[in-house]
Amino acid sequence: MTLLALREISKRFGATQALDRVNFDVAVGEVHALLGENGAGKSTLMHIAYGLLRADQGTVQAGATATSGFASPRAARAAGLGMVHQHFTSIPALSVGENIALAAGWRETGARAERRAAEAIARLALPLDPAVLVTSLSVQLRQRLEIVMALAANARILLLDEPSAVLAPPEVRELLRTVRGFANAGGAVVLITHKLDEVFAAADRVTVLRRGVVTRTGPMANETADSLARAMLGNELPRAPRQRSTPGDVVVQARELRLGDAPPATFAVRSGEIVGIAAVDGNGQRALLRAVAGVNSDGIAGGALDVNSPVAFIPEDRTLEGLIADFSLTENVLLGLQDDATRWLDWAARRERTTALMAEFDVRAPSADVAAATLSGGNQQKLILARALARAPRVLVAEDPTRGLDIRATQAIHERLRAAAAQGVAVLMHSSDLDEVLELADRVFVMTNGSVREMPQHASRDAVGDAMVGRTGT
Amino acid sequence: MTASGAERGRGWRGLLPIIGAFGLGVLLLALFLALAGFDVTAALVALWRGAFGSWSAIASATLVRAVPLILLGLGFTLGVRAGALNIGMEGQFALGAITATAVGVHANGMSPLIAIPMVLAAGAIAGAAWVLLPVVMRLRLGVTEVITTLLLNFLADAAVSYAVLGPLQEPLHIYPQSAGIAAAARLPRLLPGERLHLGLPIVLGVALLLALLLSRTRWGFRLRAVGANPVAARISGGIAASGVFASALLWSGALAGLGGAIEVSGVSFALYPNLSPGYGFTAIAVALLGRLQPLGVVIAGLLFGALEAGAGAMQRDAGIPAVAVQVVEAVAILTLVVLARRERSSS
Amino acid sequence: MIAELLTAAVRVGTPLALAAIGETIVERGGVINLGIEGAMLAGALGAAIGATAAGTGGGIAVALLAGVAASALFAAVAVWARADEIITGTAVTLGMIGLTGIIARRAFGTVGVGLTLPTLAPVAIPGLSRLPLVGDALFNQSPLTYLVYLLVPAASWLLFGSRFGLELRASGESPSSAAAAGVPVRRVRTIAILVGGALAGLAGASLVLAQVGTFTERMTGGRGFIAIAIVILGGRRPGGVAAASLLFGAATAVQYVVQASGSALPYQLWLALPYLLALAVLAISGRSRRI
Repeated sequence: MTLLALREISKRFGATQALDRVNFDVAVGEVHALLGENGAGKSTLMHIAYGLLRADQGTVQAGATATSGFASPRAARAAGLGMVHQHFTSIPALSVGENIALAAGWRETGARAERRAAEAIARLALPLDPAVLVTSLSVQLRQRLEIVMALAANARILLLDEPSAVLAPPEVRELLRTVRGFANAGGAVVLITHKLDEVFAAADRVTVLRRGVVTRTGPMANETADSLARAMLGNELPRAPRQRSTPGDVVVQARELRLGDAPPATFAVRSGEIVGIAAVDGNGQRALLRAVAGVNSDGIAGGALDVNSPVAFIPEDRTLEGLIADFSLTENVLLGLQDDATRWLDWAARRERTTALMAEFDVRAPSADVAAATLSGGNQQKLILARALARAPRVLVAEDPTRGLDIRATQAIHERLRAAAAQGVAVLMHSSDLDEVLELADRVFVMTNGSVREMPQHASRDAVGDAMVGRTGT
Repeated sequence: MTASGAERGRGWRGLLPIIGAFGLGVLLLALFLALAGFDVTAALVALWRGAFGSWSAIASATLVRAVPLILLGLGFTLGVRAGALNIGMEGQFALGAITATAVGVHANGMSPLIAIPMVLAAGAIAGAAWVLLPVVMRLRLGVTEVITTLLLNFLADAAVSYAVLGPLQEPLHIYPQSAGIAAAARLPRLLPGERLHLGLPIVLGVALLLALLLSRTRWGFRLRAVGANPVAARISGGIAASGVFASALLWSGALAGLGGAIEVSGVSFALYPNLSPGYGFTAIAVALLGRLQPLGVVIAGLLFGALEAGAGAMQRDAGIPAVAVQVVEAVAILTLVVLARRERSSS
Repeated sequence: MIAELLTAAVRVGTPLALAAIGETIVERGGVINLGIEGAMLAGALGAAIGATAAGTGGGIAVALLAGVAASALFAAVAVWARADEIITGTAVTLGMIGLTGIIARRAFGTVGVGLTLPTLAPVAIPGLSRLPLVGDALFNQSPLTYLVYLLVPAASWLLFGSRFGLELRASGESPSSAAAAGVPVRRVRTIAILVGGALAGLAGASLVLAQVGTFTERMTGGRGFIAIAIVILGGRRPGGVAAASLLFGAATAVQYVVQASGSALPYQLWLALPYLLALAVLAISGRSRRI
């Protein structure tokens, strides 16, 4: 029995056709994977299903009547939908019970709401206490809370938007078990992801989106990794084989470095190599990278850290930390270099320099005078990278350098990072996407609770994943 | 909570929004006056006469009123461009006036070349000192400068009241006002028979200087970076936001204090209670109307100077309380913040 | 003398408590409304006009409506047009100073302090008002003071015991998460701002009808801004806010007692006392929370 059906859905954002006559449905007892690269339109489609966006045309059917879409998430919930978003939506300052009550739309508050919350938690057999504040939960438990919140209003249709982004592989396996259990008990699940292994682990059926168009749909029995990858990426495969450079001098040396109360770590990063840090959110990678970058050493509890200068830094959040949105590209490129400039600034020379960098790094913008806010995410990131490398750094520190970028921009950034390493820059990077770390890095460090451990040269993806949650050698 | 970028002028093209916001304010004032049963024509005629009706209205009222408004508008602009909201310029103005008076009454026998700079510097220093507490509370304790500068306005009121009834009271101890400052400490007048004084060229010089500093220097670049995005300024720019923030707020206070000193030295020649008819708040409207650009602030200051001058005439000739023109200020501010938000979300 | 001071503290603290409890509700929604100074002033004039026309009951009703109207302007600009709330609040207060100036001149001419209005007489609560020391102070006050006693549990229930309160606090802590949970954030904030405005209007009424007995230009004199400091001191909880209001009431009341008895210290120091206290409170509570 079909619980949710989307018919002929189209949606435009400005000049971009985000979705073009997309059909999608999900039935009782089923996990239906919605697969596609970043920017393929997966989230847009589910936001339409959940009443967060309105489709330009097409119908949404949940239950008996087809409509042009729900007017609000509230209406979608009333029709039996629940959604888990990419980012946590629980509110840290409120209790677990309050968060569940809020999401479920219960009229009750206080002890009665807490009792109902406890029941909802028990249905999924999760170890959550309704009375505790969310701020005290681990990342994994917060993720589970998101599912309870989505289902608390007696939802039968669960939409999961890339729920594994913040989890390590073993945690993902547990999550998928919870999801399977929900489907087996008579629910329906839409699993949005760009990871093939998750699709194979959990889905009964798959639909692949590419640039807003369905390129493949059908039962999993008919699919192979190859067929799905081709449907997802088109002819953009395969990536160029990478050339490893020979490491040179040590430019970052940590001796007995302690992050929080973790055991001390001693390691080195050499010029010409890319060192990738694999870690689940909140395991000290941020503190370590920012200490190396010289931005903030608050997280360092002891030991010595020698870093050759100059160091360049690509922060995690482009628009908040990397750029000043209202400033022109010229002004943004000056940012961080202003102390080397003369007291009176020569804007004509600065503009020329920026224009040259834009050409070199393929930053597409009408001119160096436009505000950084007007650039696409990919072009913003290229500008940040251009600025970082214009400093002729010996060390380049990068946090999640391709987060939220489409595949072309991602590849361009990867190429630049490799080229920088080839020219003798030591690159120290972290990505919340384990596959990106494995793809880019010459050496992989795993961080758990502030401790740093280097993985053997040819460690498998599973071995790295296990190490990320503190399991060794399964 | 910072107003960084939000009211920054980027994208506002031409004078249309300025004239529109100001015009809308006057229109609504007229409407309210009509609804309240006043003679609107008489009120507007009085307003116009007081502001532009004669050479003397311009040179003795409008331009004289514009001086403190431009200066305080520049002060507010300087703060906002670094992300600081100085709502306490009214108080800093008062402290500048008190200090300038205290110095000015003792300047007998000095050369004006010494006495005037001394009086003005004393006012500027006092104004800066009056924001020291908000600066420290913001940087050390994380208390927003909005509330602290605001509260200090009321303390400044009490300080003026104390000064004019206590240590600075005129020798006869009858009136709540100070003795006149020495002739040497008075700013020279620019035109025979008119009240326009040297403050106007001083203020225009400050505006020009500030425009250059903000757009052409490292100092201005750092300040704008912190105001537009303090996080990126620190992480990507290596700029210590606290130092920039402090210096912007202190200079903002210094400009407000200088405004008080110029008012005493150029207009009142003595300290009175309520020396400022709310210049510190009107200046917020001036700064926003001037799109937070120093030269725009000059134009907006002239407009509001005319409004203040007209308000006096309106009270005298049409029996309408002078505070009524605050309606124009409020409407202009509200119109401009809404426009700024629109411009921003559409870009 | 202590009983007198206490009585004056409760009387002076009443408008502060009304405004501050209202602002507590507003701030729990993640908005800071500097326009409550203006809303309070509008309420004060509303009370004066209403009381002239229809007695104290009319005064209270018009004050409430005036406060709501002033804060509706704030909500329209700051919440719906998403303009900077600090600037908007400041502008609303400026506008109300101008508007009340015009209307008051029309309604009362240039009478100023000479204006006499019907006032709210203290109502003694049988039994309780006989308690030693505090009886008179707490239970022989205007009805608006008793409203504060009722408001404390009512506002606590609203914030922490009702669905609306949960949605409001969620909107304050994380508007994006609240929106994801289907909370109509802007509507919730608007309701809170209007409730805050109504209470600020009542605060103005209490100032005019139960404390001063007349209306003058700019008569609120920064009480709305003090209320914002009180919200912080009271830990953004209605009970704490009411207690903090009493403290500020006492700080203000001291000057009356001092003026009556004479003192070596300049009286401006006593005038300044509530503001000094507000600054001290901000300094002490600074680090512990976001203000």
